[in-house]
Amino acid sequence: MRIVRIRKETAVAEQASVDLSLMDPLIEKYKGKKGNMIPLLQGTQEMYGYIPREAFQKLADETGLKLSEMYGVATFYAQFRLNPVGKHIVKVCHGTACHVQNANELTDALEEALKIKDGETTEDGLFTLESVACLGCCSLAPVMMIGDDTFGKLTGAQSVKIVKNIRISENN
Amino acid sequence: METKVIVGLGSCGVAAGAKKVYDKIAALQKAEKLDFELKKTSCIGMCYREPLVEIIDESGSYLYGNIDENKAVELINQHITQHNPIRDYVVHTDLFETVDNTYTDDQVKIALRNCGYIDPESIDEYEARNGYRAIKKIAGSAMSRLDVIQSMLESGLRGRGGGGFPTGLKWKFANNNKADEKYIICNADEGDPGAFMDRSVLEGDPHSVIEGMIIGAYAIEATGGVIYCRAEYPLAIKRLEIAIKQARERGYLGENILGIQGFNFDVYIKEGAGAFVCGEETALIASVEGQRGMPRKRPPFPAASGLWKKPTNINNVETYANIPWIIINGAKEYAKYGTEKSKGTKVFALAGKIKRSGLVEVPMGMSIRDVIFKLGGGIQNDKRFKAVQMGGPSGGCIPEHLADIPIDYDSVNSTGAIMGSGGMVVMDETTCMIDVAKFFLDFTQKESCGKCTFCRVGTKRMLEILTRITEGEGREGDIEMLEDLSYQIKESSLCGLGQTAPNPVLTTLKYFRDEYEAHIIDKKCPAKVCKPLLTYTVDPEKCTGCTVCAKNCPSNCIDGARKEVHFINQEACIQCGACYSKCKFDAILVS
Repeated sequence: MRIVRIRKETAVAEQASVDLSLMDPLIEKYKGKKGNMIPLLQGTQEMYGYIPREAFQKLADETGLKLSEMYGVATFYAQFRLNPVGKHIVKVCHGTACHVQNANELTDALEEALKIKDGETTEDGLFTLESVACLGCCSLAPVMMIGDDTFGKLTGAQSVKIVKNIRISENN
Repeated sequence: METKVIVGLGSCGVAAGAKKVYDKIAALQKAEKLDFELKKTSCIGMCYREPLVEIIDESGSYLYGNIDENKAVELINQHITQHNPIRDYVVHTDLFETVDNTYTDDQVKIALRNCGYIDPESIDEYEARNGYRAIKKIAGSAMSRLDVIQSMLESGLRGRGGGGFPTGLKWKFANNNKADEKYIICNADEGDPGAFMDRSVLEGDPHSVIEGMIIGAYAIEATGGVIYCRAEYPLAIKRLEIAIKQARERGYLGENILGIQGFNFDVYIKEGAGAFVCGEETALIASVEGQRGMPRKRPPFPAASGLWKKPTNINNVETYANIPWIIINGAKEYAKYGTEKSKGTKVFALAGKIKRSGLVEVPMGMSIRDVIFKLGGGIQNDKRFKAVQMGGPSGGCIPEHLADIPIDYDSVNSTGAIMGSGGMVVMDETTCMIDVAKFFLDFTQKESCGKCTFCRVGTKRMLEILTRITEGEGREGDIEMLEDLSYQIKESSLCGLGQTAPNPVLTTLKYFRDEYEAHIIDKKCPAKVCKPLLTYTVDPEKCTGCTVCAKNCPSNCIDGARKEVHFINQEACIQCGACYSKCKFDAILVS
C-alpha cells in the first residue's frame, strides 16, 4: 500500500498572493492562548486551502510564535499543506480493510484517468489525488472521499466515472 | 402510539445513500400529509445492510435493510399507509425469524447501548434512556470520589484503547496526586486502520462519552477536560460540539455541577492534525499543547505530570462510554460478563472479507470463530478463512487454527497479536500474508515520529526487505534478518508504536513461514497477489482469439492472429495483469 501525502513543498512554488487580512479575526481569537499553534495553523489552512508562506510570517510577527517551530509542526502532521491544492481533493482510502479489498486498483485507475501521480494536482487545478490511511467506513471498502461525500464499494472504473462526472459538471 | 420511522444517518449510512432516503421519506410525508414521526439516529451496527430504516408501530419494531429511494417509497406505501410490513426487506425484528437475527442474538450492548436508538443530537432522548442518571446518582447519594474509583476497580474495566490497563487503577493514581489543576482527556484519535468503533460511539451517543468524562473528572478532581478527536471525523466533531453545548445548558458542565460544591468542570474539543503516534498518551499531550506529537520518556507518567505538567488522566472513547452504565447498574453487574481477567464487553469492528461487516459488541470470552462465523456470517463468497488481523499496526494476524481461543486480553496477547482498539480485519485464501505485513510496515514506517533510531531506520529497513520479497528479489537470510531487526526495534523504542511495530511481521512469520519461503525460494505468491511473482499464460481451450488482450498489453508481448489462440511471450511480460482483467473468456491463467 502507499499512503502518499500531498507534497509538502516543491521548490519555491509560485504561490498566488493571498489576502492576509482574512486572518485577523483568527489571530485575535487565539493570540496569547497557550497551545494555540495547531488551531492557528488549522484555521489558516481552512481559509486558503493550504498555508501560504506569507501567512507563516504574519503569524510569527503578530503572535510571537517561532517560524521554525511552526514549520516543524506543519511538516509533522499529515493534515497541513504548504502548497495550493486542487478544487477537489480525491481521498482514496488505503486502510487495512480497503487494502485487502484492492484499493490499489482505485488509485491506479485514477492516476491513469487524471494523468497525475498520487499526491499531485491536475493541470486544470480541479483535482488533487491523495491516499489516506483510514476513513473509518471499513464496511464499505474500498472507499474514496471527495469533499464531504463518501463513495463505497468501488471498482477502478466506477471511481473514474465519479471523477469524470464532477469534471463535466465543473466545465458546464 | 404514534408510528416512528427512524433512518440511520451515521457516516457509513450516509456514504451508502441514507441521506437521500431520509429526504425522500420527508418529502413523501409532507406531500401526502402522512401521520408518523420521522427521526434520525446514528450507527445501528449493521453496516453491511446500509441504508437502514426502522419502523416502530403498535405491533413492534421492524428494521429494514438495503433501502434505496424506491424501496423507501414502497415501505411508506405498504407499511405506513396500508399497515402491511414488507417481510422480505426486514433484516431484524423480534416478531419473527430473519436471516440476520444471528447477527444480533449474541450481542450484549453496554458501550453501544444507545447507538442506533437515540437521535445523537438530542439530549432529551439521551436522558430518557438513563442519560446523566449516573452523575445524578453520584451527586444524590453522596458517593465519594473513592467510592467511584472503588466501583471502577471492582467492575474490572480495562482500557479499551488497546493497552488494557485497569481504569480504576489509573484513576486512583491521578487521584493520589494532589494539584491545583488537573486534567482529564478523552483519546478519540482513532488511528488504527480498520477500526471505527470510536467513531460510531461519538457519532451515535456523544453524551455517554461526556458523562463518562464528568464522572472521571469527579473521581480525580479534574478541573478541565479535552476531547482529542481526529479531524477526519467531521460528523463526530459536529455532534460532540452540539452535545457539549447542551450539557452546559443543563448544568452538567460548569460550576458546582449538580450542586456538588467546588466541582467545576468543562470540556473542549481539540482537533487532531493527523499523526498516528498521537494515540500514545505523552505524544497526545504534546499535541494538545501545540507541539509536534512526539512521545517522551515515562516516568513521570501523565497521572503525575501530564498536560501543562499537571496530573492528567487519559482514557479512550469506548472506556468512557462504559462508565455511566457501571455507575447505574453497579460494578458487580458489569463484572458478570467476561472472563476472569477481562471483564465486561468489547466492541469490535468487523471488516475485510467477511459477509456481514459492521459493529458488534460481545461479552469478553467469546471465541474468535463465533464472532466471525455466527455473528459475521462467515467469509465472502464462501472462500476459506485464513486469518484475522487484530490490533491494527501494533497487532498481528491470528491464523485459522487458533480461531477457537476466547477473546480476552491475555489470550489474544498469547498469540502475538493484541486486542488493540477492536478492529478485526478478516482475510481469506486470496490475501497474501507478506503483502499484509508489508502494508502495516509501510504504515508504521511513515507514522514513526523519528525520535528513536531503531523505530525510524529499522522499520524502513524491514519495509525494504519485505518489498524485495514481494517483488521476487527475496534472498536467503532475509527471514532471519527480519527477525533480528524486529527484536531490536522492540527493545530499543521508547513508545508503543515502535515497541509493537514488528508484530505484524513476527506473527506472519510465526504462522505463515511457508508463505515467506514460497516467495523467497520458489519465487511464488501462493495467494496470487504479488504481481511480479505471477506467470500469466493463455488457456488454449478457452481463448477465442478476440485480440483484446494483445491490444491492451502495454509491453506488446502477446502474439496471435484474430480467431487464433494467443501466446504470451514470458520474457517481455511485465506481469501487469492487464490481459487477465480484460479477458472476457477467463482464458488467461495465473500461476
